[in-house]
Amino acid sequence: MIVVTVGTQLPFDRLIRMMDELAPALGDEVFAQTGAGQYVPRNIRASAAMAPAEFEAMFRQASVIVAHAGIGTVLKAYKYRKPIVLVPRKAEFGEHRNDHQLATVSKLGERRGIYIAENKDELVRLLDGPLMPPVAEEAASAGRRRLLSFLHRQAREAVRGADH
Amino acid sequence: MTTKVDIVAVGSEGGHWEQLMLLSEALAGMNVLFVTTKRALLDQAKITNGRVVCDCNRDRPLDTAKCLWQCARLIFSVRPKMIVTTGAAPGLLCLAMGRLIGAKTVWVESFANAERLSLSGKIARHFASTRLTQWQHLARSGGPLYEGELL
Repeated sequence: MIVVTVGTQLPFDRLIRMMDELAPALGDEVFAQTGAGQYVPRNIRASAAMAPAEFEAMFRQASVIVAHAGIGTVLKAYKYRKPIVLVPRKAEFGEHRNDHQLATVSKLGERRGIYIAENKDELVRLLDGPLMPPVAEEAASAGRRRLLSFLHRQAREAVRGADH
Repeated sequence: MTTKVDIVAVGSEGGHWEQLMLLSEALAGMNVLFVTTKRALLDQAKITNGRVVCDCNRDRPLDTAKCLWQCARLIFSVRPKMIVTTGAAPGLLCLAMGRLIGAKTVWVESFANAERLSLSGKIARHFASTRLTQWQHLARSGGPLYEGELL
């Protein structure tokens, strides 16, 4: 099953519409979490908003994720090791305040298991081919450890400092 | 009897919250109060010590006023020693209140901002005792600092 998500805060009907139009030719079931969008898909199962736990369950069943370039979704793709195709929101279509998702994908697209599609043709090409799941890289987990220990030190100093 | 809260951790629905949850590992064993914008997120993470505030942004002045009121009440009554946030606007408001009570205030810019800081991240300069970016090329000597990244 292909799971499509655009987050809950902003509409992203361009992506839902593209997936709705592509669905009959994909040969795989498609489920979409459509968020704040207006477009009503005809060829795919969809839900505007889901309880977080329900959505996680859907995510776990997915073979591929197609999503806006939201970091929460990318983190979930890592967590459940699901290949993810990111479609960045664009300010020119009123999909976000600015083009920061373009900047995010330009950095994330270099990573294994994360794919970028900016239009329908690129989506089809990716969904037709084999996709690898993302794997947390050694360098990335070192970066995470560093950040966590920095924050831990800050917190300990704050808590202790105020006691003495 | 309630335990004294030492740290308030704030993250809005979506990527901000997801990143805050990852960071919370660094606060394990401490007395932390989590603040977000949606009740279901607290339930899902099985957080019992949590609060919900109104989501807001600069296009929604009424929500921003309501959120500011909620954050002010929260921070002034809890009086934490540290406030950490991954954004967005509600986290910024909590940091501003934290500054007023002399708490340590930590802003962690979202990983999503790979090319430049968010507007909130820029404004946080005035309220954060420590400001972090998750992208090395965005670090500056006067802040934000780069101290690693979550992904």
